[in-house]
Amino acid sequence: MFLVESTLRSALAPSSALASALPAAAPQEAAHWEPFLPGLVVLLPLLGFVANGFLALRAARRSSAAVRAGKEWSPIAGSVRPRTHTLPTWIGPGVMAAAFGLAAINFATAWGAHLAEPVIAGPYWTWIATETLRIDAALQLDALSLAMTMVVTGVGFLIHVFSVGYMKDDPGYPRYFAYLNLFVFFMLVLVLGSGYGTMFVGWEGVGLCSYLLIGYWFSDVKKSDAGKKAFIVNRIGDFGFLLAIFLIFQGFGTLDFMPVSAGAAGEFAYGGTMVTAITLLLLLGAVGKSAQVPLHVWLPDAMAGPTPVSALIHAATMVTAGVYMVVRSSALYALAPTSQAVVAGIGVLTAFVAATIAFKQNDIKKVLAYSTVSQLGFMFLAAGVGAYTAAVFHLVTHAFFKALLFLGAGAVIHAMHHAVEHGDEPPAGHGHMDPQDMRNMGGLRKHMPVTWAVMGVATLAIAGIWPFAGFFSKDEIIWYAGAWAGAESNPFGGLYVAYWVLALVTALLTAFYMARLMVMTFHGANRTGPAASHLHEAPRVMIVPLVVLAVLSVLGGWLNVPEALHQTALGLFGAVPAEGLHHWLAPVVHAAEEIQAGAIGEASKSAPIGGGELAWALVSTLAAAAVVIATFRVLGRRSYATAAADPGPQTALGRFLHGKWYFDEAYERTVVQPVLAASRWCWKVVDTRVIDGFVNFTGSFTRVAGWVASVFQTGQVNMYAFVLALGVLLVLGAAVLLP
Amino acid sequence: MTDFLASLGYESWILHALVWGPLAGMVHVLAAPKERAKHVAFRWSALLFVLSSGLWWAYDPVGGGFDFVSSASWIPAWGVEYALGLDGISLFMVVLTTFTTPIAILGSFEYVTRRRKAFYALMLLLETGVVGVFLATDLLLFFVFFELTLVPMYFIVGIWGGRRRIYAAVKFFLYTAVGSLLMLLAILYMYFAGSADSFSYDAFLAADLNLREELWLFAAFALAFGIKVPVFPLHTWLPDAHVEAPTPGSVILAAVLLKMGTYGFLRFLLPFFPQAVQHPVVVTVMLVLGVVGIVYAAWVAAVQPDAKKLVAYTSVAHMGFVVVGVFALTVNGLQGGLVVMISHGVSTGALFLLLGMMYERRHTRLVEDFGGIARSAPFFATAFVITALASIGLPGTSGFVGEFLALLGAFETRPAAAVAATTGVVFAAYYMLPMVQRLLFNPSDEPANRRFPDLSRRETVIMAPLVALMIWIGVHPTPFLDRMGPSVDRVLERVEAVSIEATAPVDESVGESVGDFAVVLAPEPEPEPEPLAAEPVVELAETPALLPDVEGD
Repeated sequence: MFLVESTLRSALAPSSALASALPAAAPQEAAHWEPFLPGLVVLLPLLGFVANGFLALRAARRSSAAVRAGKEWSPIAGSVRPRTHTLPTWIGPGVMAAAFGLAAINFATAWGAHLAEPVIAGPYWTWIATETLRIDAALQLDALSLAMTMVVTGVGFLIHVFSVGYMKDDPGYPRYFAYLNLFVFFMLVLVLGSGYGTMFVGWEGVGLCSYLLIGYWFSDVKKSDAGKKAFIVNRIGDFGFLLAIFLIFQGFGTLDFMPVSAGAAGEFAYGGTMVTAITLLLLLGAVGKSAQVPLHVWLPDAMAGPTPVSALIHAATMVTAGVYMVVRSSALYALAPTSQAVVAGIGVLTAFVAATIAFKQNDIKKVLAYSTVSQLGFMFLAAGVGAYTAAVFHLVTHAFFKALLFLGAGAVIHAMHHAVEHGDEPPAGHGHMDPQDMRNMGGLRKHMPVTWAVMGVATLAIAGIWPFAGFFSKDEIIWYAGAWAGAESNPFGGLYVAYWVLALVTALLTAFYMARLMVMTFHGANRTGPAASHLHEAPRVMIVPLVVLAVLSVLGGWLNVPEALHQTALGLFGAVPAEGLHHWLAPVVHAAEEIQAGAIGEASKSAPIGGGELAWALVSTLAAAAVVIATFRVLGRRSYATAAADPGPQTALGRFLHGKWYFDEAYERTVVQPVLAASRWCWKVVDTRVIDGFVNFTGSFTRVAGWVASVFQTGQVNMYAFVLALGVLLVLGAAVLLP
Repeated sequence: MTDFLASLGYESWILHALVWGPLAGMVHVLAAPKERAKHVAFRWSALLFVLSSGLWWAYDPVGGGFDFVSSASWIPAWGVEYALGLDGISLFMVVLTTFTTPIAILGSFEYVTRRRKAFYALMLLLETGVVGVFLATDLLLFFVFFELTLVPMYFIVGIWGGRRRIYAAVKFFLYTAVGSLLMLLAILYMYFAGSADSFSYDAFLAADLNLREELWLFAAFALAFGIKVPVFPLHTWLPDAHVEAPTPGSVILAAVLLKMGTYGFLRFLLPFFPQAVQHPVVVTVMLVLGVVGIVYAAWVAAVQPDAKKLVAYTSVAHMGFVVVGVFALTVNGLQGGLVVMISHGVSTGALFLLLGMMYERRHTRLVEDFGGIARSAPFFATAFVITALASIGLPGTSGFVGEFLALLGAFETRPAAAVAATTGVVFAAYYMLPMVQRLLFNPSDEPANRRFPDLSRRETVIMAPLVALMIWIGVHPTPFLDRMGPSVDRVLERVEAVSIEATAPVDESVGESVGDFAVVLAPEPEPEPEPLAAEPVVELAETPALLPDVEGD
């Protein structure tokens, strides 16, 4: 098995000219690999959607019929639940288990066969075909799509199982699973589709499911609004994606991934306008979907959806689609250094901005939402500095620990909600207590030890502390950012140094805001009030997925232990293979890395201010650990006011961060209100006064109107109708018949 | 299937049956007792749909020319013929008509309670007119059918419409009549300019016109069709007509009547005036009007308090995509435009049906009067959401295929227009999602909304085929694209075969006339958007007498 050694550190010499690198060197002995029922992986969640959707409609029709009849009927009230509310328990997670099983078989056999060349499954049918365009409904199975499929079906399955417990008492139970299954279907179309056309189907499809699930509790105007906002902001991104598709089609005459990545370097000059335009437009799509600045505003609002949805869609899978897209298009990005600098810049800026906002949020899900935005920023930074493997690596580990954090938060909210509902007396403060507000928590460790433990693992993982998963993936990103800045002929070297510094700072901020979340939620004195006696650990169906994800959050880092750390204590003295993921993904990012090696040259072996990878790995884990410990020390002693008693941030900076940098307010003033005003102006002035004014004020018009009106006043309208209809026929006929 | 149809002699009688069948149905309706009228009308229209569905198999797209051609002399002295033919463009328009008519009739069962015989007779008369428009291959015959559609629609709006029905009906009538008068003049001009012994489509194709003539004739035709489409700024009759029209009227209006305009673009404008449609000023004007229509109508739609008016404005936006696709003059653009026409017919027709059902239940069309319908009527809400998504072009629905191809095609030759038009996908979400939210989601404070009845069996029968079609075209549009492809190619080849330089007389008059055109057709600055109707008339010598004549009569 020939594997292209094309990491930055062992990059080809700059002398290896671009042209000689093409066409992409084919691995010399690619073992033959046949995918096993790949179509079924995609189809199963769709079948689950159909079955659950059918049950959902039946249940909904029954309860609406009861309301019309003046009766109250709730599917979850009685001791025996109707079948519509028991079957989804098996169908929803069931199809996911089967899909994951199939995906695992395919992944394992492909891994065994050292899959190097993409395998196309299908085409199952030709989707759109005209004289010049052809888009097939086909799947592309390669290292990247198989890895993504494992994450989507694996983490997806765990979240489905968790949902069985979390959503048990929701009347819309079957509808919930229908949407969740449909989401997985579209997500699989997105990652497995064989071209930009099929990818776009998944892209908008997951957006639809996100919309439906954010607004799942649609009777609540705020939640419904949040869903709408997500959809519209995403469509701004999709606008860019569509234009990119048009440009790709113009350049290549096809939208399939394989010819595009193979032909990119031949088609476009390095740094050319066309390829820069394509990549920037694709980036606009990615920025929308992955909630990067400035289109990040929808994701925090998206927390209105049920918490497992936040875990699956708004943390582990859908929001990473933008990263997937950039990696999938790596051959194009490698040709556009300006776009790369923009990708990395947006990424690191987003990481920083979101981390600062997470500082001052009190809603446990909001903290996690901004944390997600921030971590996605790290992935974009990685993709921007050409470290595609690192981006995917962080995507995978983030899927583990962030899904875990959200599900853990779900368990906490579940307990808080239960306590608030069953509390003997109204909790301290005025009326309703927000079960998501960390100021109302505190000391939950005593009540929920398992949840505390697994969230602790996830916190250490995201903070980047050895040996947890986030350490390896985040460290790799920051290292690459520094190395890239020092690469031989990087035109934006200085800029990347700034990125690197900002990324370092942000990594420490991460450790801080996560430690703060742990302290406010689980440590210190409890602030729940009398309801605290009802706090309890989550049921087993919710705990088991948490534990599995915790294990993955610990072990996930071994997927890709850097060469430099491999033989050291940090790398377990070589107990796990080095750079496993990198080798696995090599065929996918090969073309891009060749181009980069040729144009940018060899990456620096030391960080911009000196020091090798091992040294920086040590520094970063120690620094993160220090921040976590310090935060626990400082905040742990602080006593927090409950939400009702808290006067809010006292400083200007505090208010600015709590107010989320006032992005929403700025958009409201500069975009939303002006467009609404323009819309009203078009209607009231242009349409009504100008155009219709002209029409109505023509004299003949009013005369005819008067005449016609008088006709109708005779009361014999249908007679007239027919006389006129026949008359027109006769007159027209006669006029021409008599020459 | 093809053999079975051939054994019936299908090809020889089907087009005539589709044109005159509705008229026979109309006679039957008038003869039947009034309680039975709706059933008779439905059965006739359903029968005609079944008959027309054979075209799907019988039509052979190879070559893309007219198939099932038949003609008989009508007025020999002038060379007028009763000539019918069908190609890959009219195939879909005809089947869309025969498909929508029974659905619209079924959708009117509860809505229309007075003068039922007259109503259903007019619906069938309308079907004759529309099918005739799509099948006629003789220009005078086409014109007769084109005018014929005006009459039943005028009465459907004027008699069964809402409070401002008279205003709406007259506005509809006059707008359209002005346009078609100009078209009649243009047809006569071409008749005399050409061989003057035939009104047949082929004779008109062969007419020898210079650029100046083409530009004027193009203007006349474009105005007639542009009013029908409607192209901004000629659209203001549409929201009024839609709001006032009874549900089935709105359905037919949106699904089929508007298509007569864009069909005219494909069938007549492009092949007849290849020089004019390639003229940079003309193309620019049309594209600008299309783009403005997309954005402007989306904006205006977004702030409508009346749900029906909102959907009416979305029609203008959708048809803007057709205009952009067609005048990009690419295969993908033309095919995309045609798919948008089909998709818009299905999804907007379905939206009007759904809004009609809401009106029948609550006797209001105001968005603010609704809310929480998804809880009380889950099947209704599901159908509504799918339809709305098809309307805003979500991939996997018919709307996406059309808009995607139209925009892709436009991007190939006119990237700037395509970029501007693509913003329409954002604005589509901006008008549609708030409406969906306020109708179906949010709390239902109003008791009537909490008891909002779900789809009845009849309504389910109405919606099911529409929803199925939206998804079918969205998932597997290839059978549609294959059938329309060759005919669209033919149109494009015809345009591309003629270049402006090759045939244009080389003198200054061309430049001048182009200059004139720039003035007449330039996108109107907002203050005075209407002069399109009047100006060309004054120029063509014969006309001044006619227009006031008709208007004043």
